[in-house]
Amino acid sequence: MTIILKEVDAVCIGVGFTGSILARELTKAGLNVVGLERGANRTTRDDFALPGVRDDLKYAVRQELFQDTQMETVSLRHSPGETALPIRRLGSFLPGTGVGGAGAHWNGVTWRLLPTDHNLRSHIENRYGRNAVPAEMTIEDFPVSYDELEPYYDRFEKLLGISGKAGNLRGQKIDGGNVFEGPRHDEYPNAPLEMSMAGAIMDKASRELGYHPFRAPAANMSNPYTNPEGVTLGACEYCGHCERFGCEANAKGSPQSCILPVLLADHRFELRTHADVKELVYDKAARKVKAVRYIDLRSGEEYEQPAGLVILGAYVFNNALLMMQAGIGEQYDPATGKGALGRNYCYQVSGNNVTVFFEDKEINPFMAAGASFGMNIDDFNGDNFDHSGLGFFGGAWISAGTSNGRPIQTRPVPPGTPRWGREWKKAAAKWYNHAFNIGASGCNYAHRENYLDLDPTYRDALGRPLVRMTYNFHANDYKLAEYIGGVLGRIARTMNPTVMSSPAVRRGNYNVVPYQSTHNTGGTITGTNPKTSAVNRYLQAWQADNLFVMGASVFPQNASYNPTGLLGALAYYAADAITTRYLKSPGPLVQG
Amino acid sequence: MVEETIPRRAFLKGAVVGTAAALATGGPAPAQAQAQAPVAAAPTPVGAEPLLTLTAIEQAFVVAAVDTIIPADALSPSGSECGVAVFIDRQLAGAYGMGARLYRQGPFPKAKPELGYQLALNPREFFRAGIESANAWTRNTYGKDFDRLSEQDREAALKAMEDDKAPFPGFSSRMFFDALLQITMEGFFADPIYGGNRDMAAWKMVGYPGLPATYREQIKTYFGKKYDKPPRSIADFS
Repeated sequence: MTIILKEVDAVCIGVGFTGSILARELTKAGLNVVGLERGANRTTRDDFALPGVRDDLKYAVRQELFQDTQMETVSLRHSPGETALPIRRLGSFLPGTGVGGAGAHWNGVTWRLLPTDHNLRSHIENRYGRNAVPAEMTIEDFPVSYDELEPYYDRFEKLLGISGKAGNLRGQKIDGGNVFEGPRHDEYPNAPLEMSMAGAIMDKASRELGYHPFRAPAANMSNPYTNPEGVTLGACEYCGHCERFGCEANAKGSPQSCILPVLLADHRFELRTHADVKELVYDKAARKVKAVRYIDLRSGEEYEQPAGLVILGAYVFNNALLMMQAGIGEQYDPATGKGALGRNYCYQVSGNNVTVFFEDKEINPFMAAGASFGMNIDDFNGDNFDHSGLGFFGGAWISAGTSNGRPIQTRPVPPGTPRWGREWKKAAAKWYNHAFNIGASGCNYAHRENYLDLDPTYRDALGRPLVRMTYNFHANDYKLAEYIGGVLGRIARTMNPTVMSSPAVRRGNYNVVPYQSTHNTGGTITGTNPKTSAVNRYLQAWQADNLFVMGASVFPQNASYNPTGLLGALAYYAADAITTRYLKSPGPLVQG
Repeated sequence: MVEETIPRRAFLKGAVVGTAAALATGGPAPAQAQAQAPVAAAPTPVGAEPLLTLTAIEQAFVVAAVDTIIPADALSPSGSECGVAVFIDRQLAGAYGMGARLYRQGPFPKAKPELGYQLALNPREFFRAGIESANAWTRNTYGKDFDRLSEQDREAALKAMEDDKAPFPGFSSRMFFDALLQITMEGFFADPIYGGNRDMAAWKMVGYPGLPATYREQIKTYFGKKYDKPPRSIADFS
């Protein structure tokens, strides 16, 4: 027996970054909002307290804060002809669960996309010719340009108190900031973090090579910060326990530290935890999601929550799953190229790195902030370099630094060292404090055969099909990785290390075991054509006027950057359209 | 092998205040081979830890394996002296061993390694099967269970498994070795509250200072300098 509840103005599915931002904006507009979160509540005071918050085994290795695959996972096959198998244990990516979502345990790297990432297809066609983009590369323009989104990027950065230094302030290029970034109307809200030894070495080497080093924008507070919501964040302790952990100092921009204190104090907002949303109740004729059905995991009881407005702010896979199950759009088929749902699933080309060892330098890798605590270059990112004759498009952000020295997972040894025994011990002891990585995160442009649909065999704990991921790297990715591997080698040699590894280059099939990034994107993409996109430029579902879809599932392809800055900006952009236009006149904001 | 179980278990209990190498191998040879080498001070003697899940034969294997992976030398006591075998017993007896956060619905067809772990076994069951296979392989190859081998033979046996040259029924010896190496390093480097890394020996070996990890001032004052404070554990703040 499903218990039917009284209708509310709005329901947010998922109380992570996007869910809490939308809930905040909607309650400010006078709506009564219910937040449905499948996991438990998590608070800084109770859940992220010292000393237990520094438990490396519990959080980083046994995955305390991540989605439990016994409840939900996804399946994977490398191409449409294969049989997919479930990802039984998380590895490659680590979605969050519980209040705060992955926003509670991320590292904090907060980018804006390059202006040319926004209008990607038209930019490439303009610069390299109308036929330059291969047929299988199904990239699109974001319907929202960099200039349109700029104020919303700014808003998200100010919510989180991002530490950084502008490289392009209203068109003026500034050394020490990222000179490739789009023009910003304002400086970062917080000063850059302290410099690490690894960063200093990277700075010197990349300048010698004529590149443009800068510090990655970080949601780790260089100084205490009070955001426009009136919430104060603490200062970063450089504890080296950022990604995979909560922050005891409220010094990492997270829903807990930035927005939940005001949201939870608002009588217009009601948080329901352990509320696992099972399905959307979709009325196709009325073009509306009438209600949301969820299971209260504490009782097993099923509830139906009718709502005027539905915000879908789960992780990429659950956004896709809920829309596919309800049939809010046509399933994408790689054979015909038709259909919107599941289209353009993308990831990132990571796994390119080189380790450099310096006998005479103390790196202290355990003193680190989360957000790539070092120096970066964007000289080989996006279309910041000429791709004529290279045989691929896109690039990578390259970074040298340390984010932690937790030795279960971080204990670099020179190439050729055995993995155990006396020789390993000697090398581990000798080099632990004298090494760091130069890494590259490569973009991943949509490919016709990479997509999401529903698995025919495997089911989750609620009895629903798993989302099936059909995914592999393709020629563009492999060529990009080879090229970037060459750049990494050049930078490493310029540093003149005592020893260096040979640059690792992404080769072979996509592998779900080693961690790569939790930067999964696509499946419910934004676009201008209702036949090939699931949501319009305001993230409103083309086929359900009261459904707005948040998060990286709307990205038409994945730039090299971490997705949080963009998805935060898009959340504010959508919230603006909902509160200033949709609520006054509910209906499609773009005619399909 | 069954008749050996009780004597061997009794021996292990009796040996806990003995030398690292004797505990590790159940035999005198390696201890003598290493007699001249400087060995890091053994931590506070390990009390006879009651086993939560491992059988005596399995424990003997685990002790011998972790002491081969982490032999006693000037840098640290042996793996078992650091509590790594205790750690493994506790982990396999607990949520991890019972398959927490492991999706276990079938079917379970043979899979490419890039699709990750695809067996129906939980980690406890996996280690049970793996230790059986490893001992069967060393009996076949050397005439003895793994823990009865000389140090040199134990090294060679683990290397054969690492290189996938020890045929196991079912999952490969490399897969078993990788899991064994992973859980050994977890036990060696995790906070001592889990039973391994006794006296923070592993953290001292590499120079990891542990807790509280609040470096807001030190990030400036120790730029380019070695941070030489003794490590502290979660237990020191609890």
